[in-house]
Amino acid sequence: MIRAVMVINTQGKPRLAKFYEFQPVEKQQEHIRSVYGVLSSRAENVSNFVDAESIFGPDTRLVYKHFATLYFVFVFDSSENELAMLDLIQVFVETLDKCFKNVCELDVVLNYSKMHTVLDEIIFGGQVLETSSTEVMKAVEEISKLETASNAISLVPKSVSAWRNR
Amino acid sequence: MAGSSLMENLFQRTLEDLIKGLRLQLIGESAFLSKAIDEIRREVKSTDSDTKANAIHKLTYLSSLHFYDMSFAAFHVVELLSSTRFSHKKIAYHAASHSFTDDTPVLVLITNQLRKDLTSTNELEVSLALECLSRIATVDLARDLTPEIFTLLASSKVFVKKKAIGVLLRVFDKYPDAVRVCFKRLVENLESSESQVVSVAVGVFCELALREPRSYLPLAPEFYKILVDSRNNWILIKVLKIFAKLVPLEPRLANRVVEPVCEHIRRTGAKSLLFECIRTVVTSLSDYESAVKLVVVKIREMLVDDDPNLKYLALQALSVVAPKHLWAVLENKEVVIKSLSDVDPNIKLESLCLVMAMVSESNVAEICRVLVNYALKSDPEFCNEILGSILSTCGSNVYEIIIDFDWYVSLLGEMSRIPHCQKGEEIEKQLIDIGMRVKDIRPELVRVSRDLLIDPALLGNPFLHRILSAAAWLSGIYVEFSINPFELMEALLQPRTTLLPPFIRAVYVQSAFKVVIFCLNAYLLQRGNAASSSYIDKLVPDVPGLVSECDEPESSDLASCDSPVHCKQDEGFNPRVLNQSFEGLLPEHCGEETATRGQVSASSSLKDGFTHESIINLLNRVELALAPLTGSYDVEILERARNILCFIELIKRKMPDCLVQKEESLGREEAPASQIIRLMHNAFSNDLGPVSVSAQERVPVPDGLVLAKNLEDLETIFSDVQLPSSNSVSLGSPQYEDRAGFSLPILQSKEEPGPSNESTSLLADHRKQHGLYYLPSAKNEDEYPPANDLKLQADTNDGDEDLVKLTEQFLVSKKKPNHAKPRPVVVKLDGDQVHIAANPDRKEDLLSGTVRDVLLGSDTNHTSSQSKVSTKSSTQRKGKDKLNVDSVTESKENLGDIEKHDQGNPSSRKSKHHSHGKGRRHKSPGKKGDEREENGQKVKQKSSHSHSKHKARQRAEVPLNVVALTPGIPDFLL
Repeated sequence: MIRAVMVINTQGKPRLAKFYEFQPVEKQQEHIRSVYGVLSSRAENVSNFVDAESIFGPDTRLVYKHFATLYFVFVFDSSENELAMLDLIQVFVETLDKCFKNVCELDVVLNYSKMHTVLDEIIFGGQVLETSSTEVMKAVEEISKLETASNAISLVPKSVSAWRNR
Repeated sequence: MAGSSLMENLFQRTLEDLIKGLRLQLIGESAFLSKAIDEIRREVKSTDSDTKANAIHKLTYLSSLHFYDMSFAAFHVVELLSSTRFSHKKIAYHAASHSFTDDTPVLVLITNQLRKDLTSTNELEVSLALECLSRIATVDLARDLTPEIFTLLASSKVFVKKKAIGVLLRVFDKYPDAVRVCFKRLVENLESSESQVVSVAVGVFCELALREPRSYLPLAPEFYKILVDSRNNWILIKVLKIFAKLVPLEPRLANRVVEPVCEHIRRTGAKSLLFECIRTVVTSLSDYESAVKLVVVKIREMLVDDDPNLKYLALQALSVVAPKHLWAVLENKEVVIKSLSDVDPNIKLESLCLVMAMVSESNVAEICRVLVNYALKSDPEFCNEILGSILSTCGSNVYEIIIDFDWYVSLLGEMSRIPHCQKGEEIEKQLIDIGMRVKDIRPELVRVSRDLLIDPALLGNPFLHRILSAAAWLSGIYVEFSINPFELMEALLQPRTTLLPPFIRAVYVQSAFKVVIFCLNAYLLQRGNAASSSYIDKLVPDVPGLVSECDEPESSDLASCDSPVHCKQDEGFNPRVLNQSFEGLLPEHCGEETATRGQVSASSSLKDGFTHESIINLLNRVELALAPLTGSYDVEILERARNILCFIELIKRKMPDCLVQKEESLGREEAPASQIIRLMHNAFSNDLGPVSVSAQERVPVPDGLVLAKNLEDLETIFSDVQLPSSNSVSLGSPQYEDRAGFSLPILQSKEEPGPSNESTSLLADHRKQHGLYYLPSAKNEDEYPPANDLKLQADTNDGDEDLVKLTEQFLVSKKKPNHAKPRPVVVKLDGDQVHIAANPDRKEDLLSGTVRDVLLGSDTNHTSSQSKVSTKSSTQRKGKDKLNVDSVTESKENLGDIEKHDQGNPSSRKSKHHSHGKGRRHKSPGKKGDEREENGQKVKQKSSHSHSKHKARQRAEVPLNVVALTPGIPDFLL
């Protein structure tokens, strides 16, 4: 299964972190730090694998992809295929790209819950749920629609906060 | 009230505000965040659900990306879950799945809410609940919600159905009884027309099969069908993973599977699927020659691919296949060796492993040469990685592949000089080990040691200190092979030795002592030779009283365990004995010790070296260098320096006599000085060998020896004795412990052939009686160098092009064998092999025994089986077999006690299982039969399934009485 998904920027700030087996927050922070430590020392144009067993324990592998200012990191065990996981990162990023129209780090920063919504449609409890970004988009749009609809009931605070943000 | 909540709401910061604020804050991030947390703590208690939702949303964000603990808000999350608004629900479920653990106390409160949402008509709400459940389901939740999940498995909406399937994994984990209810529907989904559904279902089976493959053998036909029919790469990968686990259990399955797998290899364009096929073949189908050949072709294609990922994975696949099909690696050796200089540290490491796999007797020298040269140029981490693998490969199984030890020893010396070398301990261990095991190599060892010792630069590198310690020890113990002992002495006493840690310095001092003794002895011998056989050089007009006077203090000083009684005896006898020996037996008698070791050195090159002045100089030099050490705070150094200084003082006092009077002496009796020297020399020249690990076990306990089992009374004796700093005593210098305590008495007995038979026999007796005390020290000897080499991970890189050149060289020269010299004898003890071979065996036994215990609840060792079951239920979570064992007891228990029933409480389960196991034992005819029953049971369960838990439970007990309902795998597949 997939153990964790992380998005870390090139300065080492976590932008998204999801652990599919419960970890105390301190542990999460430690993991993210050590992963970043390894990733930041790797050159460009090398393989996308990192030995993760020293960080996450036995039978764990890690693949990552580097897009602009972000590292997308998947940690998983022997029941997943390494290349398929790389494809899955691609699916995730493509979906985000569709979602935000040319996704950039700022989108990832500002859309915390949307990021999770997308991710949850792709990976479910550590298992690959959906690999087609079109399907994922369909589900995500539906969810957003319902969210907006349920929020519309309380128009006042919404509009006020929108005004405040201006 | 309403007004205040509106106000709160109006001025509350949303998550978006928080994130933006965080980016613009001027007061420092941590101050900003703690302010935000304070705010949230207030807001989260609000009665207004909007405010609460906002607060929890922010808190989850902070917890997820800024690592704040949010367990304090657990109850508020539960409150929010019951909100009717979808957006709130979504926030709450997200927060719950992020922060809840099995121990979260409020978990018991959400069962009803989850049930409500699982049965909701809104599929998005259902999906939220499933999502959350897949992360946080506990035993209780899984049990209570199984019926709802079961219903969802038949949902018409793919969106819901696939999540319901996915959640089963966690549910089965937590509550194995759910299998009875849901398993059939799960299996049905394998044949679903929706590929997404099949994909998730196969994924679940893959996870389950990885944990306990045997239980899923009966499903092989279904998987086989998918393997042949499916064109979805995701599904195929998972099915291949399942087969990789099943095939080793059922050889007939391999026959069926191998063809479709090869078909996929030929057909597919997807690298992920291709690699999975390759992996399946190399791990599970490696007996099928044709498949392996096909796979090796594909691996070669991947190796030369530009994509470093493919290259890396191909190397990995090669190293899996290497033990069985080395030809596959050899075919690709050029690529493999060139990969050593890859920019990617992963690839470098993999190729290093492969290169080491190719090492054999005939090419070890060339490969090591290439690697050491490459290590010189690579970054520190990879350099040590290389050195580590050379050491472990060459040292494996008592230097099995090494033929030319001269070469290997000088390689070790060379490796020590590599600037980044951090493998000191391992090199130290091997140097000493080789010294003890391979007699013929000692001259070369001494030469290499000398080169190391003499280089003052090396003393500055703390990683080399252990190697220097080995070098000092070797050149001390085998000093007779030294070409120039004076030079050696200079090296041992050089000022920079102050850089060494005390326990290694002590080794240096002791080695210096040995060198002094050796030089003096050689000097005496030489003079003995020179002054023709009848003249004994240094004769003092013998005054017996004087002799005993000086001898006694000396012996107690130097050889503390040597009893004065012996010394006195010696004095009585020695003059004559040695006299005799000198007159007639010099070649033979001294040969006994020296011939084997010393011929080369003492007789030839050194003859002219030992003049009176040089010896005096030597002694002065030693005195000068060591005098300051008598003030050392380290006991070891202090003691050893004292020993040697006292000895020199003693000798010096006698020296003039023996030197001056040589002319007039008409030698009948020997001077005490030479006597002492000889004694010491012999003490130091006893041969040390490796000791088998099991040596101590083989010593029978002598009759009448009563060993107290309880050593507690020792505590009272030692209570006021502070243990000496264990570092310096036990780590650094066990040998010297031996030198003084162990070897000396024995040697002494050797030294006195005739007259001192009593003492010999006394010693022999002593040894026999206290064999226990002799052996352990000898054993220490063997274990002296601690063997642990840290595996470092290389992740910096270094592009080195000329490795390629080296590679060509190596490839060319590789073929020619290098058997110029015959392999010297390597002392091998049975213990060495036992040590290597025994471990895995025992492990295996234990493992299979455990599995059997768990499976069958066998009565032979009940206690262990119990504990195994309990650990299994908590860690391993679920295997089908365990269901059959546990579920009955568990379901009984569930009726009563909910609270206790989670991972943390195996005890009640344990005890029930115990009795259950017993009951079972009576019914089961035998182990084999039982296993088959289990399969049968499963098939039955699958084919005639009942929704009701109750019925299922009944059935679970039934098949135990029936022998083998159906065979594990229907025949059509096989």
